[in-house]
Amino acid sequence: MNFWLIQSLNSLALGGVLFTLAAGFSLIFGLMRVANLSHGAYFMLGAYVGLSVLDQGWGFGWAIIAAGVTVAVFGAVVERLVLRRLAGNSLAQVLATLGIAFIIADGSLWIWGGDPRSVSAPEFLSGGMELFGATFPKYRLAVVVISMLVAIGLWLLLDKTRLGVMIRASVDDMQMARAIGIPASRLFTIVFCLGAALAGIGGVIAAPILSVYPGLDADMLPLALVVVILGGLGSLAGAFIGSFLIGFIYTFGQVLVPDLAYIILFLPMVIILAARPRGLFGRISA
Amino acid sequence: MKRGLIVVLALLALSLPQWAGGIYYINLASQVLIAALFALSLNLLVGYAGLTSLGHAGYLGMSAYLSGWLMLNLGWGHGASAAAALLGTTVMAAIFGLVALRATGISFLMITLALGQILWGVAYRWVGVTGGDNGLSGLTRPSPFGIDLGKADNFYYFALAVLLLVFACIAVWVGSPFGASIRATKDQPRRMSALGFNVWLIRWIAFVVSGFFGAVAGLLYVYYHQFISPHSLALSNSAEMLLMVIAGGPGTLLGPLLGATAVVLLKNIASAYIDHWIMLLGFFYLFIVMFVPGGIVAGLDRLSKSLRSRQVASNKVQP
Repeated sequence: MNFWLIQSLNSLALGGVLFTLAAGFSLIFGLMRVANLSHGAYFMLGAYVGLSVLDQGWGFGWAIIAAGVTVAVFGAVVERLVLRRLAGNSLAQVLATLGIAFIIADGSLWIWGGDPRSVSAPEFLSGGMELFGATFPKYRLAVVVISMLVAIGLWLLLDKTRLGVMIRASVDDMQMARAIGIPASRLFTIVFCLGAALAGIGGVIAAPILSVYPGLDADMLPLALVVVILGGLGSLAGAFIGSFLIGFIYTFGQVLVPDLAYIILFLPMVIILAARPRGLFGRISA
Repeated sequence: MKRGLIVVLALLALSLPQWAGGIYYINLASQVLIAALFALSLNLLVGYAGLTSLGHAGYLGMSAYLSGWLMLNLGWGHGASAAAALLGTTVMAAIFGLVALRATGISFLMITLALGQILWGVAYRWVGVTGGDNGLSGLTRPSPFGIDLGKADNFYYFALAVLLLVFACIAVWVGSPFGASIRATKDQPRRMSALGFNVWLIRWIAFVVSGFFGAVAGLLYVYYHQFISPHSLALSNSAEMLLMVIAGGPGTLLGPLLGATAVVLLKNIASAYIDHWIMLLGFFYLFIVMFVPGGIVAGLDRLSKSLRSRQVASNKVQP
């Protein structure tokens, strides 16, 4: 009984981390039609930046802020200098983001070295907590709560603010949105920065669970891809459901059949693609 | 002009062990040939069918692991294990095609990437079968017709023969009516289906054939290295293959050969000076995508055209 509860919490925590990654990926794709293959690298870059801040003796909050800001600025530069020049050629944009992913990955290896680094959770969140007669690691509970807050925040942003209305309008019909005077170009930068920042923050939040190591980007990117393929591109709800679905499947897969965890990941993707090529909540056919 | 270029290239390739000056360079040339095979097979999808795949290293992996595992664990010979590897990988390509071709464009790319990463994960984690991070080692090269492929120049000629054979097959295939229909599904999928062609089936066949030739390249790869590990299946390897196609010129016959040569040489030269090949690969990607769209072949075409038009212009001015 305990085993199932603990693993369920682990699944939820992984799902939460995946959501911070997949939400940005999905939003960027929905708005700009760019499959940002450097998203996994942003996640890792955020984790490394957070690690450096923690090494300086600053707190976890600062680590999150520093990672979010750094990766957002990086994203802004990429969007302005690279993606914008390739506007309208989505294949070239995807390949450019792939190149950037390699540059970040190798650059991180250069700066932070090849050894895996573990990160300890902030003190007030370390240790366990008694719930339903079982001890849960506090930090994982916190990750679930944070990811829920992020989800709610994103939902409010998209559903209740003027900015969100403009973003949704542009996702649904870019030409019409431009025609009625929505500043699509500025929206692109804002959304790309937001998505990048979310990935960076996700990296820091995940660091105490996953630790930080070269190759973290290549581990996370396919998970994010499977999430958005499952959930549907451009849909926040899809990213949410997909993340937790994959969180559960991957966590239990790793525990129950560690050798074949990746094959198990493959199955839901196949089933969904066979039944609904656009994903569970997808509105866009790419 | 193009025919002349091909003849010169063929003569250079045939005489390479004579002038290359050392085993290192002959081996390097063999690596170029193997890379060119991968690029040729991937080009069928990327260049002709317009389906950009980022999981092509998966075929390398499947073919190499399958033949290696059969030889090491069941004691099969080279011939039987090679046949089984080709068959198994082609079947896998057929299944992957069913999944990936639910989509086209960027989604297709994402699905192939995910499939490739899943294969990588299997190779990495299924330690009991694949040896995990250590991979499968202690593999041998075959000796077809009593020719010892352990020698560098013998292997080079073997790889060259395979490459020429595959090149000829692909040249004939893309020149055939079926090849024309593949290109047409890239440019005008709607009209093709309106004309009564089964666009999906045409794409699927291109996908499977590409996988088969990828498996051929994978066999050469494992014979050359006599070793296979998950690193060969990594995303960076798939990206390298795609870069060869895109840098060379997708949808051309010579492009993949040029692209493979450029990438392999760059990789070897660069790694002599710096450890950061992956970063260079990234910058190379950005450079090609931003400044040489269409690849080297198209770039050369443009260059020769602009030179010629300049000549014509100056001829006109003179009298």
